[in-house]
Amino acid sequence: MAPAEVVTRAVRSGELPLTSMASAETDEACAVRSVACPSQAWRLQKALCGLCGTGRCPSQTWRPGAGRGGVWMGSRADGPRTSGHVTGKMAVFPWHSRNRNYKAEFASCRLEAVPLEFGDYHPLKPITVTESKTKKVNRKGSTSSTSSSSSSSVVDPLSSVLDGTDPLSMFAATADPAALAAATDSSRKKRDRDDNSIVGLDFEPWANKRGEILARYTTTEKLSINLFMGSEKGKAGTATLAMSEKVRTRLEELDDFEEGSQKELLNLTQQDYVNRIEELNQSLKDAWASDQKVKALKIVIQCSKLLSDTSVIQFYPSKFVLITDILDTFGKLVYERIFSMCVDNRSVLPDHFSPENANDTAKETCLNWFFKIASIRELIPRFYVEASILKCNKFLSKTGISECLPRLTCMIRGIGDPLVSVYARAYLCRALLTEMMERCKKLGNNALLLNSVMSAFRAEFIATRSMDFIGMIKECDESGFPKHLLFRSLGLNLALADPPESDRLQILNEAWKVITKLKNPQDYINCAEVWVEYTCKHFTKREVNTVLADVIKHMTPDRAFEDSYPQLQLIIKKVIAHFHDFSVLFSVEKFLPFLDMFQKESVRVEVCKCIMDAFIKHQQEPTKDPVILNALLHVCKTMHDSVNALTLEDEKRMLSYLINGFIKMVSFGRDFEQQLSFYVESRSMFCNLEPVLVQLIHACVAYCFITIPSLVGIFTRLNLYLHSGQVALANQCLSQADAFFKAAISLVPEVPKMINIDGKMRPSESFLLEFLCNFFSTLLIVPDHPEHGVLFLVRELLNVIQDYTWEDNSDEKIRIYTCVLHLLSAMSQETYLYHIDKVDSNDSLYGGDSKFLAENNKLCETVMAQILEHLKTLAKDEALKRQSSLGLSFFNSILAHGDLRNNKLNQLSVNLWHLAQRHGCADTRTMVKTLEYIKKQSKQPDMTHLTELALRLPLQTRT
Amino acid sequence: MGTALDIKIKRANKVYHAGEVLSGVVVISSKDSVQHQGVSLTMEGTVNLQLSAKSVGVFEAFYNSVKPIQIINSNIEMVKPGKFPSGKTEIPFEFPLHVKGNKVLYETYHGVFVNIQPQKGKFSPSPVHFTITPETLQNARERALLPKFLLRGHLNSTNCVITQPLTGELVVESSEAAIRSVELQLVRVETCGCAEGYARDATEIQNIQIADGDVCRGLSVPIYMVFPRLFTCPTLETTNFKVEFEVNIVVLLHPDHLITENFPLKLCRI
Repeated sequence: MAPAEVVTRAVRSGELPLTSMASAETDEACAVRSVACPSQAWRLQKALCGLCGTGRCPSQTWRPGAGRGGVWMGSRADGPRTSGHVTGKMAVFPWHSRNRNYKAEFASCRLEAVPLEFGDYHPLKPITVTESKTKKVNRKGSTSSTSSSSSSSVVDPLSSVLDGTDPLSMFAATADPAALAAATDSSRKKRDRDDNSIVGLDFEPWANKRGEILARYTTTEKLSINLFMGSEKGKAGTATLAMSEKVRTRLEELDDFEEGSQKELLNLTQQDYVNRIEELNQSLKDAWASDQKVKALKIVIQCSKLLSDTSVIQFYPSKFVLITDILDTFGKLVYERIFSMCVDNRSVLPDHFSPENANDTAKETCLNWFFKIASIRELIPRFYVEASILKCNKFLSKTGISECLPRLTCMIRGIGDPLVSVYARAYLCRALLTEMMERCKKLGNNALLLNSVMSAFRAEFIATRSMDFIGMIKECDESGFPKHLLFRSLGLNLALADPPESDRLQILNEAWKVITKLKNPQDYINCAEVWVEYTCKHFTKREVNTVLADVIKHMTPDRAFEDSYPQLQLIIKKVIAHFHDFSVLFSVEKFLPFLDMFQKESVRVEVCKCIMDAFIKHQQEPTKDPVILNALLHVCKTMHDSVNALTLEDEKRMLSYLINGFIKMVSFGRDFEQQLSFYVESRSMFCNLEPVLVQLIHACVAYCFITIPSLVGIFTRLNLYLHSGQVALANQCLSQADAFFKAAISLVPEVPKMINIDGKMRPSESFLLEFLCNFFSTLLIVPDHPEHGVLFLVRELLNVIQDYTWEDNSDEKIRIYTCVLHLLSAMSQETYLYHIDKVDSNDSLYGGDSKFLAENNKLCETVMAQILEHLKTLAKDEALKRQSSLGLSFFNSILAHGDLRNNKLNQLSVNLWHLAQRHGCADTRTMVKTLEYIKKQSKQPDMTHLTELALRLPLQTRT
Repeated sequence: MGTALDIKIKRANKVYHAGEVLSGVVVISSKDSVQHQGVSLTMEGTVNLQLSAKSVGVFEAFYNSVKPIQIINSNIEMVKPGKFPSGKTEIPFEFPLHVKGNKVLYETYHGVFVNIQPQKGKFSPSPVHFTITPETLQNARERALLPKFLLRGHLNSTNCVITQPLTGELVVESSEAAIRSVELQLVRVETCGCAEGYARDATEIQNIQIADGDVCRGLSVPIYMVFPRLFTCPTLETTNFKVEFEVNIVVLLHPDHLITENFPLKLCRI
């Protein structure tokens, strides 16, 4: 058949009715013309609308017939312009949906419900005592309820005053040392990290200690900051003064400093003080950043001067911490600057460079700094500032630092105040740990000293000398200080820093030889726990396996593990932290037996959580490794099984998150069968956690989506898409549902005309009609996609229906259009007939928005125009019987769904009535029944207008 | 856009000695090409004796004799007239440092009275031990009113290498009054003169506190002072001017006593 051929070609070449129309009207058509996929046509068309301005309403975009009229209307329509609207020659009938009150309609159809009086007997009535009580209360009136609520809100005026807002408790709250420390801590954490990476190489343990000091040494006394930035006078170049004059000025200056000048910031609370210091720190950085090096230096000098003031002695340690922070910042800035000068185009200076590697400019700058600092007048700032940049000596000479140390140490003797001088020593120690260590090492193998050395000194230092330390530990006298503590300390250092490559295995062997001989499980586990980190860090799974086996061997007798869960947990954490490849991890033979030691459920679940957490974090690729799957399913099951009635929501959420993370990472690739069986297994395992089930539904939905295309039967596929979409919708998987529906829509054009049913070829149209009607029912409740247009699925489906090659002499398309009309009417209702729980359909999305309704109505008009056009062509083709039955069906649709108070619609229905009877094709009985129905309906309230209609519908008697 | 001109000297510390070669580059940077009448570089070394407002009277007498003394002067033409291309142009140069006639190249120095542009000496340590008590003081008015004290100490050398710090020790053996501060005061003494007369002036060029507060008795406090680079030069004695240095150990006692012990220094450069 010729028309059919034309259509197929049109679709193949991408010449859709929509696009060809667009091409006739706009220049942007080329953009659209290239689009071959019918499902995209609407969306692009919409984009086009935007381009063209506001003039074109979306309903025009689905305008069947336009531009393709020739295919199915013969010579009548010869182009998009002349038949811009199919109904051009007919009256346009606007659609007005009848407002439906589904509840009332439903109520009117069913048996009358008789309300049950309270106290009446009913076999299904629940027997509850409490209910009767509450009812009584309610009956009494509203007074009782208000009194009850007011009783709960009665507040004791005294307690309300004391509700944490009195000045004392407020003060206590602000002066809370821990909070203060936390605040300053957080603001400095980042810097501490920086410090540790650069200046802090020597300060490793300091970061921990500063927090403690700040929290401990606090004060409620008022503090003062005494800064005079202009005190840099007395430098060379000033006019000469007589000796006595000079002495006086100097004495005044000293007095100033001791008694306080106007520049003093008095009455500061501790928090003010901290803030002020923090400001200074910031202005130091700012000054540095803006290249005001002298100003930066002045700030540092003034700050370090504050350390000579011991007036609020209990705050002094904290002050020391705050100010040395500034000094550290300064030291770091200077060091970095000089370091950066050594970095020329060719290479970056290594961390452990020798002075020869530093270039002259850097050395000169460095020297300048030392000169500048050497000329600082006052002792305390000169000491602190020099100590702060001591590290820069590295640029000048190898021995610079160790030469400076004795000098600076002696310099402290010049500080008269004992407290100030002790703190100055402390600062020097902080800056120069390394040099101190060398001295200690010479002092012989005292176990206690060794332990102090290992716990206080920089890990890198210890690590590089591990073999020496092991030697020294071995020679130690066991009676004074237990060796396992020494090994523990050494292990802690090795966890932080790496020993030389060549020593690594020997270190482990030597250490483990001692550790494995420890008889007390507590001593053993404390030591082993620390060394696991080292083992994991530097060795393969073989060594780790050996260590785990040894731990199991030690901890199993007498259930010693029961007392050591924290340590065992730490071991697991360390192992996980180093083995990111889970297939390797689970191939460590003793890993799972190790897990078996966690017999207390709460601990066990904690460990499982750690494992899953690590898995989610580190597993990059989906896996189907049976070892991983087996082990992790076991782990997940342990977590899941811990869920009971008492489990907190938060905990459940956490567990679900972890299990879901696992499920997501499992993929069998193209092996869908196995994937599905995995899901099935998961479902049976994790049935207590709703989010996991949701995840599985998602997974299954995805499974369906990829499996359906592999099926052969076209209607099977269509129906499965629909069902899967419904399932997805029922599980609030909106985007998945959309995908199913779209897939279904794009499959419709592929439906062949004849299909094989039980070996017989049958026309498919009736099946298609059935499917589409079913589909429409679902589409009612599918919410619109926020990024697509209004009713985009319906429009896409209409496009497809429009393009489908229907049988020549069939009215199926029009029947479908009638159904669409029903759908659209249902969609324009304020509340839809049915909903899916937890899914907001368009009724609640648009809330009866007038624009939505207008769009809806325009679609209706177009559909109606199609139906009417078809009725007309039937008259031409002399298919009067079909015309009559279609007319009547359309009449019924209008009667059921249309608002007949509208004159045009009313008139149309009368016309249709006449059309149905015109050629005597109508079945009189049907007509009579219809009329009776109308009359019956007219008796309903709101339906009285039907009475008038009925009068206008004559029954034709067959003559 | 303007054209920027910069002279960069190769040696980072910018210290050169007689007979060496001073080398560097002249950097011309400009956005557009620049027309020029040639580039020449002049090196000039002078001794400038300036007048202090305070001693104008003394100096007026030999005013004529204090005009700048030129000790080094050389001139090279670097580029002939032409055009510099846009961007950065570097022109290297070298100057041999040869003293004019029989003059001596002094070390650069910025004093109040004497400015010198770029010596060598011999160094032999000369330790000094000192004891300070009320009795050792020279100009104390009411010696009896002074609190009793005994300070001992030493300077490792009064002959100092200018690049090495001044070192020594100070011990407060006893003191009735509390100590407020102990300071090292570096003083420069400049003398300008000729046959008609001379002007002498002492300036404090650096003051370093070595003890703050009432320090521990019997414990030595280090004396340590780095010589400031700009304001010191080797001790210098010429026919026209003299530059000398002294260090004062200044002890401040409570409530208002100031004790000073003076040590002349001889600075040299090796």
